[in-house]
Amino acid sequence: MFSLDLLLNAIVAGVLLGGFYAAVSLGISVTFGLLDVVNIAHPVFVILGAYTAFVLNNAYGLDPLLASLLFVPLFFVIGIGVYQVYYLSFEKKGESSLRGLVFFFGLLFIVEVALLLKFGVDYRLVEAPYIGRSFQIGEVGIAYRLLVPFLVGILMTAAIALFLSRTFYGRAAMGVAQDALALRLMGVDPVRIKTIVFGLGIATASVAGALLIIISPVEPSIGRAYIGRVFAITVLGGLGSIGGTLAAAVILGVAESLTSTFSGPSWSLAVSFGILLLVLAVRPAGLFGR
Amino acid sequence: MRRNRSRTLAWTVASILIGALILSSAWLGPARAADPIKIGFGMALTGGLAGNGQGALLAMQIWRDDVNKAGGLLGRPVELVYYDDQTNPATVPGIYTKLLDVDKVDLVVSGYGTNLIAPAMPIVIERKLVFMGLFGLGNNLKLKYPRYFQIAPNGPDPAGSFSEGFFELAAKQNPKPKTLALVGADAEFPQNALVGAREHAKHHGFQVVYDKTYPPNTVDYSPIVRAIKSVNPDIVFVASYPPDSTGMILAAQEVGLEPKMFGGGMVGLHFTSLLTKLGPKLNGIVDYGFWVPEPTMKFPGVDEFLKKYQPAAVKAQVDPLGFYLPPWAYAMMQVLGAAIEGTKGLDQQKLADYIHAHEFSTVVGKVKFGPDGEWAQHQTVTIQFQNIKGSDAEQFRQPGKQVVIWPDKFKSGNLIYPYSAARK
Repeated sequence: MFSLDLLLNAIVAGVLLGGFYAAVSLGISVTFGLLDVVNIAHPVFVILGAYTAFVLNNAYGLDPLLASLLFVPLFFVIGIGVYQVYYLSFEKKGESSLRGLVFFFGLLFIVEVALLLKFGVDYRLVEAPYIGRSFQIGEVGIAYRLLVPFLVGILMTAAIALFLSRTFYGRAAMGVAQDALALRLMGVDPVRIKTIVFGLGIATASVAGALLIIISPVEPSIGRAYIGRVFAITVLGGLGSIGGTLAAAVILGVAESLTSTFSGPSWSLAVSFGILLLVLAVRPAGLFGR
Repeated sequence: MRRNRSRTLAWTVASILIGALILSSAWLGPARAADPIKIGFGMALTGGLAGNGQGALLAMQIWRDDVNKAGGLLGRPVELVYYDDQTNPATVPGIYTKLLDVDKVDLVVSGYGTNLIAPAMPIVIERKLVFMGLFGLGNNLKLKYPRYFQIAPNGPDPAGSFSEGFFELAAKQNPKPKTLALVGADAEFPQNALVGAREHAKHHGFQVVYDKTYPPNTVDYSPIVRAIKSVNPDIVFVASYPPDSTGMILAAQEVGLEPKMFGGGMVGLHFTSLLTKLGPKLNGIVDYGFWVPEPTMKFPGVDEFLKKYQPAAVKAQVDPLGFYLPPWAYAMMQVLGAAIEGTKGLDQQKLADYIHAHEFSTVVGKVKFGPDGEWAQHQTVTIQFQNIKGSDAEQFRQPGKQVVIWPDKFKSGNLIYPYSAARK
């Protein structure tokens, strides 16, 4: 069954899938990787993003991606609100580890139930001219349904990386990750920095949700299926490394795709997590972790 | 004199007591008759199967209202006592224990689906209860519990019934297709459906050139579809749940997989949300079906039921067409109701004997159960999506979109073969 065109197609499909995984994992990479907040509720915000895209697509025929961009500011504000509650209730009191985890777990269920009550339990899918279409470059077929999420994932990664390296808030966020006290001594309020960066992390979920519903149908509880994957990608890439998140996402995407094509697809997740374990055994901080 | 007075007093007290007893029993009599018959169950109202579970609940509530409007069962109103099992089998034993010990229900029926029926079986067997199952696949194959009855029309060979029509039709084509790809999710239903498909493939002499499964939370199906395309099978049988059914169809279209027959055991394609969004992409796909709005399947009462269900479903935000599961949930309750009336009581043994011995007229046709509680003869049909245009939901209420192509008894149209011809 092995052939060169199958191999090329598997690699390309894996890279495209990796771009999508990166988009979904970016928020975790920022909130968990940089700010050390175990935001286990991130996938449910992705699902919330998927539903907002669905609503505008269903009601007005608006492109899901465009619809999600309209909601980015709202998600940013939601993120700020969530972090404020988390900070005042847990982090400020030094109870951020286990109780914080329970807080985000509870938040996950609350958002999930709210979606359930509002939209019911049916699977929802969007319509867009590029869904179900593809083009060929030589022997390699590329589906627009995966190309769009890949390109957007790359753009999001680049934008977040630029924000972190070129802006005051970004550099301060990196500083918070390393030494919050030192940052305070420099006259910067770490809580303010963390609030804004956490908001940014949740804002990425709006776009990631649109990318998800472009690829496959969603229902309110489907976010749980992504918790393991996104945390694995963040850890594999190295906590706090945005480039590492993209690299890890592509590695897992290609591993899944190659396994699905040439071996049993059943093994694809096992191979991905096997890679994670191997890398952590050799580099405990992840591929690009410091 | 004193003895006489004592005797009179004793008689007076005794008379008062007897009178009070008579009065109280006369008072209690009508109250007992008015006590509701409680039917308890767990149902997937949240979680992965909730889309169907909520539709099933709505159908059962419509049955309850219909029965109560007609005077109840045995002159008593019917009350449904239910809890959300969250599509989580671990919640089921607790739910049924509470229903029986705390809520004191008179009867229990199952929640939706194989995985949610299985954990209730030990409890109902221990308490020797009649147990109506809603869409379980082979739950009683090994247990052989004589008081279990299952409403999905799978027949005596549940695993094979989903694919029988698909393979019979494939084998009849001229020239007969030779090679076959089998693919399905690593989950209960797809695995069972694949077991049946392998048996049919062997029986009809198809050469299996691809036979693999995938994890249910797969995101991109194009590598799988491309691997299938590389072995160039004549027919492709897919056993999948709603997200993977969608993923496989989209990937097949993008990769250009066009075998001569495609489909088989794809769950979810009958749901309105996916029917409308996939629209013409469904044309040509052959799938199993239980009930579709074709003239050959207009059983007495089904239209009346759907007239009540569809507006209520819109309000409740569940599947607005309701062709897949709701009529069967209603029929399950019809069978139980008929048995209660037929035996004039709630004795579990008598109810089980009655259900075994009789044929029932329901909104899904005549139902007769075999010894293991499955339908004596299967009524799973094979359908092909044809002539779907755009994403308008109304078109699916009309015949001719989900055409029954097998068996002859319910046939409403012909298979368009090969797959590519139906997509033009």
